[in-house]
Amino acid sequence: MSRRAPRARGRQPAQLVLPLPVNGGLSPQSPAEHGRLRAVDVAHTRLVVVGLCFLLAFCGVVGRLVDLAAGSDPNLGLALANSATWEAARGDIMDRNGVLLATSLPTRSLYADPRDVIDPEHTADRLVALFPELNRSQLLARLTHDGRFAWIKRHLTPREQHAVNRLGLPGIGFRDDQRRVYPQGVVAAHVLGFTDIDSRGLAGVERHFDASLGDGEALRLCLDVRIQQIVREELLAAVREYRAIGGAGLVLDVVTGEVVAMVSLPDFDPNHRGRSDDDTRFNRVTQGVYEMGSTMKLITAAMALDSGAITLTGGYDASQPIRRGGHTIRDYRPQNRWLSLPEILVHSSNIASAHMALDVGGAVQRMYLNQLGMLSPLALELSEVGAPLVPGQWRDINIMTIGFGHGIAVSPLHLAQAVAVIANGGTFMPATIVDRGDRLPEPKPVLSAETSRTMRALMRLNVIMGTGRRADADGLRLGGKTGTAEKIVGGRYMRNARMSSFIGVFPVDSPRYVVLAILDEPQGNRSTHFYATGGWVAAPVVRRIAERIAPVLGVRPVDPADVPRVTGPDGPDRRRHLLLASLRTAIADTEGWRGAPR
Amino acid sequence: MTAFSRTDTSLLGRWWWTVDRWSLGALLALVLFGIVMTLAASPAVAERLNLDTFYFARRQLSFLPVAVGVMLFASLLSPVGVRRIGIAMFIVFLGLTLATPHVGVEIKGATRWLHVGGLSLQPSEFLKPAFAVTAAWLIAAGRMAPRGPGYPLATVLLAATAGALLLQPDVGMALMITAVWMTQLFLIGLPVAIVIVLVALVAAGGVGAYYTFGHVRSRVDNFIDPASGSDGYQVARSLEAFRSGGLLGRGPGEGRVKEVLPDAHSDFILAVVGEEFGIIACLLLIAVFAFVVVRGFGRSLRHDNLFVVLAAAGLLVQFGLQALVNMASTVHLIPPKGITLPFVSYGGSSTIALAWGMGMMLALTRERAGMGMPR
Repeated sequence: MSRRAPRARGRQPAQLVLPLPVNGGLSPQSPAEHGRLRAVDVAHTRLVVVGLCFLLAFCGVVGRLVDLAAGSDPNLGLALANSATWEAARGDIMDRNGVLLATSLPTRSLYADPRDVIDPEHTADRLVALFPELNRSQLLARLTHDGRFAWIKRHLTPREQHAVNRLGLPGIGFRDDQRRVYPQGVVAAHVLGFTDIDSRGLAGVERHFDASLGDGEALRLCLDVRIQQIVREELLAAVREYRAIGGAGLVLDVVTGEVVAMVSLPDFDPNHRGRSDDDTRFNRVTQGVYEMGSTMKLITAAMALDSGAITLTGGYDASQPIRRGGHTIRDYRPQNRWLSLPEILVHSSNIASAHMALDVGGAVQRMYLNQLGMLSPLALELSEVGAPLVPGQWRDINIMTIGFGHGIAVSPLHLAQAVAVIANGGTFMPATIVDRGDRLPEPKPVLSAETSRTMRALMRLNVIMGTGRRADADGLRLGGKTGTAEKIVGGRYMRNARMSSFIGVFPVDSPRYVVLAILDEPQGNRSTHFYATGGWVAAPVVRRIAERIAPVLGVRPVDPADVPRVTGPDGPDRRRHLLLASLRTAIADTEGWRGAPR
Repeated sequence: MTAFSRTDTSLLGRWWWTVDRWSLGALLALVLFGIVMTLAASPAVAERLNLDTFYFARRQLSFLPVAVGVMLFASLLSPVGVRRIGIAMFIVFLGLTLATPHVGVEIKGATRWLHVGGLSLQPSEFLKPAFAVTAAWLIAAGRMAPRGPGYPLATVLLAATAGALLLQPDVGMALMITAVWMTQLFLIGLPVAIVIVLVALVAAGGVGAYYTFGHVRSRVDNFIDPASGSDGYQVARSLEAFRSGGLLGRGPGEGRVKEVLPDAHSDFILAVVGEEFGIIACLLLIAVFAFVVVRGFGRSLRHDNLFVVLAAAGLLVQFGLQALVNMASTVHLIPPKGITLPFVSYGGSSTIALAWGMGMMLALTRERAGMGMPR
C-alpha cells in the first residue's frame, strides 16, 4: 500500500489543482497536511470515475427499458389478463358439406369470491329470488366456503346478467365462458356425442377429438346431414309402425369407407343430454354387437366363391336338417331339395350355407373374416365401439353356425364394412366418420373382382325374386340380403324377439353405397301379414331410403320402362325359367347392359 | 423555505441551511412514490397470501414515518457523530447478524430474520450502512498512516462482515459490501493493477459461489435459460408487464402482473411501475436514483476530509448499487437477486436501514466550515 504514493504523484491533472490554497493561504501547509490534501484530491478524481460508471450502468437499464417499450404490445396485457379464465373457443364440427353440427357460443357465467361476499345470507336470498332453480342452502355453502372461487350459475343470458348487475352485490362476478350448441339437435346425436358443462368431450367425436377441438381446431365429418335426416325419418317411421324397441340405420360409401349417415334409435338431443338415459345414448350401429343372421350368408357365399369351394352353378342338398352335437340346423322355409348357389341366397337356406361354410373350412373362414375386419374392434373415430364376440374354439358347429350368421356377434358397421368389400370390387377400406378428402388409406385387396361381380349379381337376384323383393327401389339396381336373427334372451333363442335387417348395395353395376336398416324386436302387423322378418319390415325401409337419397347423392335411376319385367311360362318348369330369367336380368344389371346413365 | 432565517443559529436552523435540500427532496420523493406503489402492488399480493388486503400497505405506512424520522435525525449528526454511531451500530449488528443463524427464522431458504418483541428485524440490512462508515474510517486512517493498523483492520473488517453474511447465507449482500469496500480502496488511490486483481478475485468468488451455493447456481442457470425453473417465471411475467405497459402504462391499478408475481410488492415492484405507469415513469424513477447518487458524489467533491468522502461515497455506492441490481434483474439484465428497490419496495428493515444510511450521507455532505473550495 505504501508504494501507492509515487503513482499518485504522477497524476498531473490532480497535481495541477493542488497548488490552490485550500486553507485560504493563511499559513504554509505542513507535509502531513499536504499528503492529506493530495489523498483527498485523488479520491475526488476517482469519485468522478465511479460516478461516471454509475451513470453508465443507469444508462444500461434505461436502454433496456426503452428496448422493452419498443417491443410493447397493447394486446399483451389483455391476453395476460384473460389467460387464466378464457381458452380458445372449442372448434366447430360440421358435416361433409360444411353444415354446422356443433359450435360453441361465448357466454358469461356467474361466480362468487367468498372472501369478498360481505353478507352471504342476503346475497343468497337475492340470487335465489332471481334464479328460483338455485338451491338456497347449497348456494349459501358455496358463498361461505373457505376459498376464492365458486360457480353460482353457468351460461347466463344477457338479460340475466343485467338483472344480476342490478342487484349490486359485492363478491360476485362474471367470467367468460362457452357453451356447446348442436344446431341440428337429435339428428346426428350418437356421432357427435356431447360435452360436459366445461366443454370437455364425454362421448362421440366430441370425446375422440377432444384435444384438437379443445385447441380450437374445426372438425369436418364425412356425414351428410341431409342423408342423415332421411335415414332417421325412415327408420323412425318403421320403428313406430312395427313397434320396435330400437333401430339402426347406416349409409356407407363403399369406395372411401366414409360413413354418410349413421342413426341409432332411440336417440337423444345432445343439447339436453341431462334428459337422456343410457339406452338412448347407446349407439346400436357401433357399440352393439349382434348375431346378424342371414345377411352373413353373403359373406359365406363370397368366401366360398373366392376360395374356389363353389362356383355359380354349384350347390348343396338342403333336404335334410343337420344334427350336430345336440344342435339342429333347419331352414326357415324348407325347400327339401338340392339348391344351387343362387337359390341358397334367394331362399336364405341355413342348411346349404352351413354345408358351404364347412366346405370352405375353419381356417379359411377365419382368414376371410379377419381380412373383412369382422374379428377385431372397429378402427372408428368414436369412443363407443364394441368388440366382436367370436367363439373361443372354432369347431365344425361354429363354422356352420357362422356360415348362416349365428355364433358370431358383430356390430352393424362391421357387417356393412364387409359387405362394402364384397360390393366394391374386393378391397377392404376401414370405415371412418371423418371427411377423408383425397387422403384414402392404402386399399387392402381381400376378394377378387370376379367374386365381387358375381356376388353383386346374386345380391341383385335376391332383390328381383328373393326375400329382398320389397327393397327393389325403382330404377336404382339395388341388390341386397335380408336377415332375421332370433335374439338370445337368458341363453335361449327367442322366436318372437328378433333383429330384422336388410343390407343393400346400389347401384349394383357401379356400387356407390351400402344401406343397412335393422329393427330391434319389431312386431308384425296386418300390412305385413303379421310377419316381422327382415324381408317384410326392414327391406322396405332400405328401399325408401335408397329412393330418397339417390337424387341427393347423384345416383341417377334408369327408366323403369326400360327394365324388362321378368315373367316365365307357367308349368312345371316355371321355377327354373323364372330363376334363369331373373339371373340374366341381375347379371345384365350388374354389367350395366343398358349403358345406364351414371 | 423561509421557516428558518439565515441568521438562525439553532441546531435546526443550521441544519436547514447546510443540508443538501435537493438530495433530501429527491429522497422524500422516492418515499412518496414508494407509498403510491405499495398501495398499487401490495393488496394483490396480500390477498393471494390470504392476508388482510391492506396488510402490507398498512405496515409500510407505519414504517415510513419512522424511516423519515431516522433519516432526518441522522442528517443532524456531525461527521464525528456519524463515525461514532456508525461504528457502534456496526458492532451491534455484526453481533446480531452472527446470531441470526442460531436464533433467527428461516424464510425462503435463508436465515436472515430476528424476531424482537413482535417485530421482525433483518440485522444484515443495518450492517450495510454501518459497514460503509466503519470501513471508511479504517481506510481513511490507513491512508493517513500507512504503517498504522488501518489497512489490516479494514481487511479483517471485510472478512468478518462478508463471512457473517455468507453464513446466512446471503451471497448478494456479501458481494455488495465487498463492492463498497473496494470502491473505497479505489478512491484512496489503489493502483489500477491491484484494482484489476481484486476485481478478478471477486469474479472468482462469484464463480465459487456458483459452485458452492445451490440457490446461486439455480438463479444463474435460470438467467442463462429462463425457461427452466420458477425464477424464470417471475422474470418472464415481469418482462411481459413492461411490454404490456408500453410508454404510458395501463393506468394506476390496471396492471395484472401483480396478481401473478409472488414478489410484486418487493423485488419486482419496478415491473408493476412499468405496467401501470409506463416506461416513462420508470425512466423518471431511474433519473431520481441517478440524481441522488451523482449529486451525493458531487457534494462529496467539496469536502476535503477523507473519511467524509469515503463514507459518503460508500453509502451512495451501496444505495446506487442496490437500486441498479434490483432494476437490472427486474428487466433481466442480470440474474435475479432478492434485493429491494430503495424506498419503493415494501420492507421495514431495508427501508429504515436505507433511511439511516441516506441520513448519514446527508449529514456528511452538509456544508461546514473547513470545507474545501468548490471545484
